Amino acid sequence: MKTSVFLGSMAAGALMAGAGMADTLADVKARGELNCGVNTGLVGFAAPDANGNWTGFDVDFCKAVAAAVLGDPAKVKYVPTTGQTRFTALSSGEVDLLARNSTWTFSRDTDLKLDFIGVNYYDGQGFMVNKDLGVTSAKELDGATICIQTGTTTELNLADYFKANNMTYQPVNIDSNAEGEQQYMAGACDAYTTDASGLAATRAAFADPESHIILPEIISKEPLGPAVRHGDSNWGDIARWTLYALIAAEEYGITSKNLEELAKSSQNPEVQRLLGVTDDLGAMIGLDKDWAKRAIAASGNYGEIFAANIGEQTPIGLARGLNAQWTQGGLMYAMPFR
Amino acid sequence: MTDVMVPANPPFRPSMLIYDRRYRSMTFQVIVFILVMALAWWLVNNTIRNLAALGKDFDFGFLWQRAGYDIPQTPIPYTSDDTHLRAALVGLLNTLIVSILGCIAATVVGIIAGVARLSNNWLIARLMTVYVEAFRNVPLLLWILIVFAVFTEVMPPPNAFRGDDPAASMILFDHVALTNRYTAIPTLAMTNDPGSLDLGARITISWATIAFAVALVAGWIVRRMIAAWAQRVQDQTGVRPTTWWASLAVMTVPSLLLIWYFGLHLIPPTLKGFNFTGGLNVQNGLVALWLALTLYTGAFIAEIVRAGILAISRGQSEAAFALGLRPGRTMNLVILPQALRVIIPPLISQYLNLMKNSSLAIAVGYMDIKGTLGGTTLNQTGRELESIVLMMGVYLVLSLIISAGMNLFNARVKLKER
Repeated sequence: MKTSVFLGSMAAGALMAGAGMADTLADVKARGELNCGVNTGLVGFAAPDANGNWTGFDVDFCKAVAAAVLGDPAKVKYVPTTGQTRFTALSSGEVDLLARNSTWTFSRDTDLKLDFIGVNYYDGQGFMVNKDLGVTSAKELDGATICIQTGTTTELNLADYFKANNMTYQPVNIDSNAEGEQQYMAGACDAYTTDASGLAATRAAFADPESHIILPEIISKEPLGPAVRHGDSNWGDIARWTLYALIAAEEYGITSKNLEELAKSSQNPEVQRLLGVTDDLGAMIGLDKDWAKRAIAASGNYGEIFAANIGEQTPIGLARGLNAQWTQGGLMYAMPFR
Repeated sequence: MTDVMVPANPPFRPSMLIYDRRYRSMTFQVIVFILVMALAWWLVNNTIRNLAALGKDFDFGFLWQRAGYDIPQTPIPYTSDDTHLRAALVGLLNTLIVSILGCIAATVVGIIAGVARLSNNWLIARLMTVYVEAFRNVPLLLWILIVFAVFTEVMPPPNAFRGDDPAASMILFDHVALTNRYTAIPTLAMTNDPGSLDLGARITISWATIAFAVALVAGWIVRRMIAAWAQRVQDQTGVRPTTWWASLAVMTVPSLLLIWYFGLHLIPPTLKGFNFTGGLNVQNGLVALWLALTLYTGAFIAEIVRAGILAISRGQSEAAFALGLRPGRTMNLVILPQALRVIIPPLISQYLNLMKNSSLAIAVGYMDIKGTLGGTTLNQTGRELESIVLMMGVYLVLSLIISAGMNLFNARVKLKER
């Protein structure tokens, strides 16, 4: 008797485990916390500060989603993931959302069963070398030893680039950005390669940033974006439109400061729809009216998040470039809220 | 005849499954079996369900796709255009290289340390105690990282060897350069190259290598025959003929002749561009992993050796001394052959441990099978289950091969009961 009850409960457990994968929104709400996969430590994008609080460009996106879904940007559990563990963490359900400067590629979107919900940073792969080396172009790196994070698209781009230019190199495989920094600083590799934004962030953490240069060649397209599991379209919609809400907010001049005021006074119908003053867009994705308002209130609009974490006023000092609004000559373009 | 009350077997009742000792053990075995099978079923079923929910299938086809990444150390020719299967094979060979090197070195270190720990010299015995305790009681990963960090931080970069007055210089008559990336050692070259044997799939073995292997094996067999002849003469006459020069000659002369015939010479590494070229660059990852595995496993083997020697009763060595054997002979002829019986079985598990521990290689960027198949390939293709299953299979097969080989050796040295 006991055995059959046990078997039955196990079968039920297996069923629940299978079914539980499909409704991430309900899971997150029931848990009261968003599990967000972030970098193990890349200053500006995701890194714990001196008090152990996570800050950064990707972290702020986690906060915005948590604010939209749970009403509180602090209800996020940050799960540090390496280049090797990130996608497994997402597909196994360990994290609900992966905001870890990951490149959107065909095979990741299809074969790895991920859904990239948009691009929050248009990047490209670059090389950083010590000025003393006297190298001014990536084409002069023939025979060099190059530090590279395993399990990244940069690893494949590097192999392709050197092959296409008929050059050789010695790869030094490393597991995390911190390890790469250590190897590079010790001179165990001539050049360090990763996304140009990551290089800038890494260089900013050096004691003497001036003595290192980032070579002018950008050898790949690296559209970095948050990703969710394939198969839960509603959760994907929530993440996607939270990102669009942040981008649209910058376009319409909605900031964390004037948010409340605009909600009351703005006559722009798009702003009214976005902030839930007129239409109830939130209901269509299983949230309430104020979801976008809370998301913007968490850390500000896309421009504010950019400026606070990686912009020109920060040590990382990245220009907006491709990541400016489409109205400013960039590629950031939010779909209409209608 | 009076009626004798014969206790009839009571009719079977379900409660007897628990309360009757005849059935109880059977009952529990059946229950445990069902529970284990149910757990296995649940695990498999859960995996299938979740894979289906994610829309993933179980397919090894990815092994024939282009790998697209480079590997620092390739024992067989490999480029980024090769398949994931070949990348996995390169990783497997790297695993074997560090495991074999590690097993040999750990055995040497372990035997020396184990014997030295029993030394009558107070200082040597205490030093070995410190070594054993320090390495046994600190996690292996930390040792690997420490050794690697020492190499990276202490050794000079290749740049330091440049210029008229370089900050660092090569050692061993300008043949070896210790850098913070690799140890550059000379390669062998032949003026009279006999070509290579093609094994297919771009794997080749030089005929010269085969010639040397044949010469060494043949020399070893002849040496055995000389030793057997000397034993026979000793048995008949009581005088052992001097054979060391003949043994030495059959082991070395053929090889020396081959070296002369092939015109074998060393090509020292030279600094060109960013790095040393011309020689062989042994990655620091390999050296660090090898050293750490050797010292860590050596500490365990030292304890096994010490236990094996202590297991031989003192009477054995006293008897040997009484026969007039010197201490070295006593150890070689009396103590060690007996101690081996105690030493071999735990030694097998140390070899297995070393081989499995080599999967920590990725910590120092050494691309073993965990680094290629279980690291980059897994990550680029997203085939977690397939890669892990394959890797488990590979380690299992390797372990079984080592076990089988060592068990054969154990059968040879164990006590022969006649």
